[in-house]
Amino acid sequence: MLTFIARRLVAAIGLLIVVSFITFVIFFVVPQWAGQTPEQMARAYVGRGTTPAELQIVETRLGFNQAFLPHYFDYLKAMFVGTTYFDGTTYLHCSAPCFGYSFRTYQEVWPTVLSVFPVTLSIALGAGVLWLIFGVASGVVSAVFKGSVWDRASMFISLLGVSLPVYFIAPLAMLVLCYNWSLLPSPTYVGFTTNPASWAENMILPWTCLAFGYAALYTRLTRAGMLDAMSEDFTRTARAKGLPEHRVIGKHALRAAVTPIVTIFGMDFGALLGGAVLAEQAFSMHGVGALAINSIASQDFPMIMGVTLFAALFVILANLVVDVAYAALDPRVRLA
Amino acid sequence: MSRETEVHTLSVPPGGTSDRAFLDVRDLRVHFGTEDGLVKSVDGLSFQLERGRTLGIVGESGSGKSVTSMSLLGLHPRADRKGKGGAILSGEIWLDGQELVSATPEQLRALRGQKMAMIFQDPLSAMHPYYSVGAQIAEAYRVHNEVSKAQARKRAIELLDRVGIPQPDSRVDDYPHQFSGGMRQRAMIAMALVCNPELLIADEPTTALDVTVQAQILDLMRDLQKEFNSALIIITHDLGVVAELADDIMVMYGGKAVEYGPAKSVFTEPEHPYAWGLLGSMPRLDRPVQDRLLPIPGNPPSLINLPSGCAFNPRCAYKEACGTACTTVVPELEPTDGAAKHLVRCHLPVETRRTTFTEEIRNHL
Repeated sequence: MLTFIARRLVAAIGLLIVVSFITFVIFFVVPQWAGQTPEQMARAYVGRGTTPAELQIVETRLGFNQAFLPHYFDYLKAMFVGTTYFDGTTYLHCSAPCFGYSFRTYQEVWPTVLSVFPVTLSIALGAGVLWLIFGVASGVVSAVFKGSVWDRASMFISLLGVSLPVYFIAPLAMLVLCYNWSLLPSPTYVGFTTNPASWAENMILPWTCLAFGYAALYTRLTRAGMLDAMSEDFTRTARAKGLPEHRVIGKHALRAAVTPIVTIFGMDFGALLGGAVLAEQAFSMHGVGALAINSIASQDFPMIMGVTLFAALFVILANLVVDVAYAALDPRVRLA
Repeated sequence: MSRETEVHTLSVPPGGTSDRAFLDVRDLRVHFGTEDGLVKSVDGLSFQLERGRTLGIVGESGSGKSVTSMSLLGLHPRADRKGKGGAILSGEIWLDGQELVSATPEQLRALRGQKMAMIFQDPLSAMHPYYSVGAQIAEAYRVHNEVSKAQARKRAIELLDRVGIPQPDSRVDDYPHQFSGGMRQRAMIAMALVCNPELLIADEPTTALDVTVQAQILDLMRDLQKEFNSALIIITHDLGVVAELADDIMVMYGGKAVEYGPAKSVFTEPEHPYAWGLLGSMPRLDRPVQDRLLPIPGNPPSLINLPSGCAFNPRCAYKEACGTACTTVVPELEPTDGAAKHLVRCHLPVETRRTTFTEEIRNHL
């Protein structure tokens, strides 16, 4: 088990390097292949009326005048040992892990990403708990009482959940709950450590709106999984043993149905930690997703690359956690 | 609650419990309402079985044998008032004086695993893949007995040892996939026996096993039945299995019994053409190779639209001998004149059946 995790972590680092290489190629090399000169690329970072000398400084700082491989190697090296940028006039120190410097905001990429991460983490955590509980519960109820009013109602609601995107529900919910009825504050992020009660109160809307769509999906997944499990031979065996129905369903069938759900949950949750783009945007919360959007809008390449790597890190970690969890849940799976 | 009061809250049979067989099934019908029509999986089945005796139920797929066993245990969800979503049961199932068709789900649940238990075919899918073998056996024990986890585990080890699992104290924590096919079936048997059930139903217990293991499992079941003195029902399409074990044999076709009697009599003097077909399609190693098998032509009938008259008539090679009765009148299950306990559902005159069997069939078996 431990060797498996260690090996996977090493592989994860390798994978991250591959991801960094690809993003690097996309943002620094492809424009040059497309015929842009380093000078033209640097011009995108400065305002009009910049003198050629100033342009030269930016070009050096961004490394546009370097050859591709040395440039990438510098970038990679900075992740592990940090670096100091020198453009001929000023020194900018960036300590490890250095993912570069934003030339829009003049801030280091990594601390910026970390500073907005609590927002994303808050949204993802609360929403994840909500959708897992409600999705699985309503899926089980739907499967057990298949064809009943409950089943039909939950299938209808989950159809709504799947088809209504968060950027549609969010303004609607805010309009009704925050402005018309004044039940909730218009969501703004309050740090958990600052004021937990206020944090939760502000988070209710993002959580429920984001969880709604996921819960709908998980309801359907759970329902299908439970229906499968309930028709399995081992469920019949459990009944033949004389187990009460709640044990047959709640222990034997659910145990089999929930394993794939855990897998999918790990993936979804991991992806969400890399930025709840739509939810953050809909509620104007500045998390990793919003950072990604803003960086893309302003073509802040170092920041885009940082966010991409950050998101990739969580996807890779989520995969690892899922694999370990799967081995713990299913005795037939051997980690190797 | 004592068993005595339980019996009295249910209807007591007219003659009291004493003269009833341990298991007495009367005119059992199990129908399923489907969109295509009413599926009459079991249609008027009656049989008796005493403790310590073995009944073999033989038939093709879809003859109603597995449905019979499932309904004995009450494993079919019952249909609603409109006759949908499950089985429509009628008739009587008397188990040790208690009627099961009219029993509540909770009464049935209390009996399942405790007084009657089932050994399923294909133990790999019949056991839960995520729980250890021991945990699954111990769970069956703990449902019906107020014991600690440690005691239940001890009991599981004891049973695994009894059914011939080597090193039971360590294998008890293994998962089903870590057992071989034969060991899984042994574990399945241990799970069924853990509460000393008085009625044991084995549904195709050896079908998923290879031949050498089949014999071992059959030996084990025979020994265990002697030891526990339970009534045993073996459901199979393999006549070799019932020849080994059964005291009585019931041949089912299209949801009905077509031949029912003592094993020896059914085996040596089968009277129903379908039984001839079953025996004739059984490969025998002690016969010359030139003797070809005699397969039964055609397919099992649709249980929604049974052929009129005798359900077997479209596949029967002898229906010319009885005129139109075969295709118009449903034959009754009647005693052959020889042994009063040997019943056959066939329009052919007894003499014709006898002569046909001795002259045409027996030499090929």
